[in-house]
Amino acid sequence: MSLPNGVTRRSFDGTQSLATTGEPVYGESTSEGWRQWVPDRSKLGAMFELGVDTGLAGGETVLYLGAASGTTVSHVADFAGPTYAVEFAPRPMRDLLEVAADRDRLFLLLKDARAPETYAHVVEPVDAIIQDVATRGQADVALSNRRFLRDDGRLVMAIKARSEDVTREPDAVFADVIDRLKTGYEILDRQSLEPYHDDHLAVIARPR
Amino acid sequence: MNTEGAWFHDVSAGDDSTAQARIRDGEADDPADWPRLAVETGYADDVDAYYDELHSITTAAAETAVQERERADDQQLKHAVRAMDDCERTANELAERVAEWAGTRLADAGSGVGYARELVTGETSDRADADLVSLAQRVVALDDEAAELRRTIETTAPDVAPNLSALAGPVLAARLISLAGGLESLAKKPSGTVQVLGAEDALFAHLQGSAPSPKHGIIYTHEYVSGTVPAQRGSAARALAGKLTIAARIDHYSGDRRPELDAELDDRIETIRSGGDAA
Repeated sequence: MSLPNGVTRRSFDGTQSLATTGEPVYGESTSEGWRQWVPDRSKLGAMFELGVDTGLAGGETVLYLGAASGTTVSHVADFAGPTYAVEFAPRPMRDLLEVAADRDRLFLLLKDARAPETYAHVVEPVDAIIQDVATRGQADVALSNRRFLRDDGRLVMAIKARSEDVTREPDAVFADVIDRLKTGYEILDRQSLEPYHDDHLAVIARPR
Repeated sequence: MNTEGAWFHDVSAGDDSTAQARIRDGEADDPADWPRLAVETGYADDVDAYYDELHSITTAAAETAVQERERADDQQLKHAVRAMDDCERTANELAERVAEWAGTRLADAGSGVGYARELVTGETSDRADADLVSLAQRVVALDDEAAELRRTIETTAPDVAPNLSALAGPVLAARLISLAGGLESLAKKPSGTVQVLGAEDALFAHLQGSAPSPKHGIIYTHEYVSGTVPAQRGSAARALAGKLTIAARIDHYSGDRRPELDAELDDRIETIRSGGDAA
């Protein structure tokens, strides 16, 4: 597996870590213009750290669902092309405004990822959807946003078991979410995000 | 060239406020190659210029929307819960006056807001009764207003503070936000302070050395405190305050819902109530 263009491994204070170039966002270490990408704080960062083949090459058009405060989306905007970031909560959007101030191809949308028709008039067809939404019905979010994905595009998704059902075994939750995903996607890879994120599963898929 | 559905459809160059409104309120069933369409229809000179424009408009639209949503949020909730309390308190006070007055005129006079309601729906026989009924109507109207405000709080609190509302219930969540002065200041308070919010008199008496430390403030209204036997109530109050504090911080700093908090609180209270752990 190779890292996307624009993502590299560098040494920060003696430890090897992923890095992208851009303005720092969340207090991460920087060195010679590179900013450290901390896998414990980013599910996509953890995927790269664990060697998941995301299919991301760098420079692609991205729809990012569940941008939160922008920890991950800031790195994505550093290595990807035009990046559309959807986030529903106003408080994290305030942090995202800071992130977007330094990234002129990052487009913020204060929208509900469960209602893609409210942003289809802005978002163009994309090469990749990166999804990290902490809500019940994560498969449905991926399915309803499939309309944005090009035929050869990739869905890069972190499923959070506890958002679906806190009382059930994570593996059972993952199986259900994947079954539902299969109605619209072909699953290419799946991998646990431990030890960086408990009870999270990375799923790579393409539209079918 | 059909750009119907595009955010820039029929928006003239430089009309930023219309463009922002279209970003916020527009809809389309499906995406399209908007950058190419914008160039082909002359909305932008080239794709780079389109993206520059899109960045500036989406950022401004997000900023405005954030400001509006936040203005509508915790401060509104604070006013709603205070207004509800004022209405309830005033209704009760006036109901007492109604009862006292009614006692001098009617043999079967009752008391409270419920009695004021009875008076309003009953028959009036003379002028003095009409004044009494009119006063009772104010009581009923205030009580109805309080109920209406409670409904407002029950629908808004879960938007403003989803985790806090789930753990505390919408009304107690609103009271805590109100007592702290806002969600941000609640999120910055230590759990020990949240535990005694609303018990300031007892806390100051304690600090002056004349009273035991209060074990709970307004969180006493939560079933997990009031429904726990007195010997373990302090532990229950501490556990509840701890989780409510975490919930308020998540609501303020992140905003996403974490259902696992509910389960952790339920477990903790169950342990305390079964006497398995007094800590």
